[in-house]
Amino acid sequence: MNEQLKPLLEIKGLVTRFHTLDGVVKAVDGIDFEVYEGETLGLVGESGCGKSVTALSILQLLRCPPAEIMGRILFEGKNLLELDREGIRKIRGNDISMIFQEPMTSLNPVLKIGEQIAEAARTHKNMTRQEAWRWAVEMLRMVQIPGPNSRARQYPHSFSGGMRQRTMIGMSLSCNPRLILADEPTTALDVTIQAQIMSLLHRLKDEFNTAIVLITHDLGVIAEMASRVVVMYAGIVVEEAPVKEIFKDPRHPYTQGLLGSIPVIGRKRQTGRRLQEIPGIVPSPMETPSGCRFHPRCSKVMNRCCRQEPPMIRLNEHRRVSCWLEAHSTVKKSQAGGR
Amino acid sequence: MALLEVNNLKKYFPIKKGVFSRTLGQVRAVDGISFTLKRGETLGLVGESGCGKTTVGRSILRLIEPTAGQITFNNQNLLDLEREELRKVRASLQIIFQDPFSSLDPRMNVGQIIAEPIRNHLKISRKEIRERVAYLMERVGLHPEHISRYPHEFSGGQRQRIGIARALALNPLAIICDEPVSALDVSIQAQVINLLARLQEQMNLSYLFIAHDLSVVEHISDRVAVMYLGRIAELASDQELYQNPLHPYSRALLSAVPIPDPEIRRKKIVLQGDVPSPMDPPSGCSFHTRCPECKEICSQEEPILKDAGDGHWVSCHLW
Amino acid sequence: MTEQKEDDVCQPGELVTDNRFKRQWVKLKRNKAALAGGMLIIVYVLSAFFAPVIFPGNPSAPNLIKSLETPSVENLLGTDELGRSILGRIIYGSRISLLIAVGVVSVGMILGIPLGLVSGYYGGKIDFIIQRITDTMLAFPGFLLALALVAVLGVGLRNTVISIGISMVPLYIRLVRGCVLSVRAEDYVEAAKAVGTRDIAILIRHILPNVMVPITVQTSLSMGMAILFAAGLGFLGIGVQPPTPEWGAMLGSARSYLFNAPHVATFPGIAIFLAVLSFNLLGDGLRDALDPRFRI
Repeated sequence: MNEQLKPLLEIKGLVTRFHTLDGVVKAVDGIDFEVYEGETLGLVGESGCGKSVTALSILQLLRCPPAEIMGRILFEGKNLLELDREGIRKIRGNDISMIFQEPMTSLNPVLKIGEQIAEAARTHKNMTRQEAWRWAVEMLRMVQIPGPNSRARQYPHSFSGGMRQRTMIGMSLSCNPRLILADEPTTALDVTIQAQIMSLLHRLKDEFNTAIVLITHDLGVIAEMASRVVVMYAGIVVEEAPVKEIFKDPRHPYTQGLLGSIPVIGRKRQTGRRLQEIPGIVPSPMETPSGCRFHPRCSKVMNRCCRQEPPMIRLNEHRRVSCWLEAHSTVKKSQAGGR
Repeated sequence: MALLEVNNLKKYFPIKKGVFSRTLGQVRAVDGISFTLKRGETLGLVGESGCGKTTVGRSILRLIEPTAGQITFNNQNLLDLEREELRKVRASLQIIFQDPFSSLDPRMNVGQIIAEPIRNHLKISRKEIRERVAYLMERVGLHPEHISRYPHEFSGGQRQRIGIARALALNPLAIICDEPVSALDVSIQAQVINLLARLQEQMNLSYLFIAHDLSVVEHISDRVAVMYLGRIAELASDQELYQNPLHPYSRALLSAVPIPDPEIRRKKIVLQGDVPSPMDPPSGCSFHTRCPECKEICSQEEPILKDAGDGHWVSCHLW
Repeated sequence: MTEQKEDDVCQPGELVTDNRFKRQWVKLKRNKAALAGGMLIIVYVLSAFFAPVIFPGNPSAPNLIKSLETPSVENLLGTDELGRSILGRIIYGSRISLLIAVGVVSVGMILGIPLGLVSGYYGGKIDFIIQRITDTMLAFPGFLLALALVAVLGVGLRNTVISIGISMVPLYIRLVRGCVLSVRAEDYVEAAKAVGTRDIAILIRHILPNVMVPITVQTSLSMGMAILFAAGLGFLGIGVQPPTPEWGAMLGSARSYLFNAPHVATFPGIAIFLAVLSFNLLGDGLRDALDPRFRI
């Protein structure tokens, strides 16, 4: 669908490691994917799979533990990893902005809401104080905060969770970024507020043609928001596909397991009370299993899976999967074709 | 005869301020709710944050002292009990917490954690306790050889299993599950839900399953109650509630649940605004400020929970 | 994005080792100041322990012929007005000071911890009463309170320890109560209640072990303070009585010779200074090392 377009963001061989007392933690261990203009890419996985670290690596927001980021992150052809501090600062918030999960801690409690948005706008645009303030009020109006004029003068504590998240979205949009990295933007919110935020993101995306990388573990949110999906497990990409295909025909046993393990309203009558389980636990990034990282939990494990890491197999232009099962079937197919 | 009967339960938290602790007002966290829980049944309690569902769970166990109401458990009125009697009742009425990290004492090992209820209530030897703990660990899918490990050595899902083993230690009749899976990863969530379902079948347990995730609640519950601002808006069998919701709030809530199927495009009822403060709930029906079907009477008169047929209870002027 | 937000993005730091003790030890080791403080404390403890070995002879026996000598090979730090070796008295004085420090924090902990636990756990009326008493005691400067107590109890080593110890009690009460309030809200305390654990068992088994970290830190800081207070009382002549070698008292009697023999006051002063400093440095280091929020 996007092949004629140039990707907005290309991630190539990204590795993010943390050096800790107990050794090296490979949070992200060699991933590739692209984000095209105006699309919503869903980045799915469980905690510790490296999906948040990926987003933080893009903006190089990992300072606390000594992190080592390798590979290439090309934004409009420019490698972000080669930029200096000032260069990446200009990208942050201006071209790429980020929405965090926790709207409570992402706002400074001692600054007025309007001041915070104005500050973000002033750092990247040449605006006077007054212009920035008007801009801030405009942003609040855009994210549908009622009474934006008076609300801008209030402090974060008088905002509800949903309003704070909307403010954060307003802030991240204040410089018309090309790309938004949304890290679990609705996880901390109630369903009805989640619905509000999702419809807001939908509308803003259409209006500004912003690309969104939506990081979440909630497959329901993915189904409603994303156009393509990248599934991560233990620091690597295991499957990538357009959203409809991943739900209809998941290829990787992990994706299949994930889809089977979520309760779906109304499905109990057909499937009974037992949910499909993925046995075992999410592996620690300190000790990733040998061979295929999913093999200890996989229901279709073969001998080969324990020893050799499966290659990334391209099924068609839009789909790829990293699993030996597919390797075997493609080999068979090509052999069949050859005869 | 119901195992647990809650009648007009209320919990108001006073808001105090100033040097002399003047009471400025009250937060009506739970404002008169009633329901029953039968043996072997699961009653789901759903609602958004701040609706009082957690307060209900803790008030039943008297971890929070309720302001008013009756709680009859196994033919005893819990609110009449003295400290020591209450302590004994708690052996058969247990709770599982949401946060598998804060619900286990970081300075105790698994054996000590699971043994605590046994040591509190039974006079049995160390060896017997150890055996019982090992049995319980096996039962919830933990390796008994990990008995002397500390909570931080386990993953979230395993920690939740430790919490379940602790709750099962004294063969309870009912367990209050306070968001037991919402802090867990998707694949682990399924394991814990299945474990809870299996234990229920084996031990004929009753669950009061408190959660905000409507799909999880639907999956595990026989009946479901929807709470809004400290009251029950609707209570019905799971099938009835999810297929035929009557209360406008339940409808909006259900339509807001994202369906993990990109082929289905539903029309969502997007509610405007936020949940009002329970300190100052709206007059009449507490939902009328956000209700898409609000009528004149809604802002004036408080609706009562009434039977709309077949045990489908709803608190709305439309019905 | 503002700078503050970047700081929020530290979650992956949680990945650093799960072994609490290892992490704490590494953090403490990296804190050079705390390490130096710890070393000095060890030196004091060793010299207190082996005082008779290091300095044979009676540190209190006068030798008037050698009165007010400046430092020499024979008397490394010189002698005082009665001709006693200042080094010897400082070494023996470390026994007294450490004894006072340990005694004081014991009194503070024995009274302060239970009161703080009860006050924080039960709340209500009992909390109100304990807190108002604490407020009243804290209204006096700590040293003044100790001074007033000595005036009532009388001088001497035992009374010094009791007076200063009591003046420390409100600090412990405040600290413990504050920590209990946060631990009490933890789910595992609710869980213990829910499985029918008695209050006393909850306090001892669940709450106390989880408030030990701040108590440890406070104890290190209190020891430094106790040494300073004891020296203050000694200086004023109402603490430990001569001829017992006590740093504060040494300082007090050296006052008259400040101009013609300044070393007599200087060395005990340095001893006090270093002892208090080391306890404070160690306390600060412990706080940083034991607090999981401070990451490396």
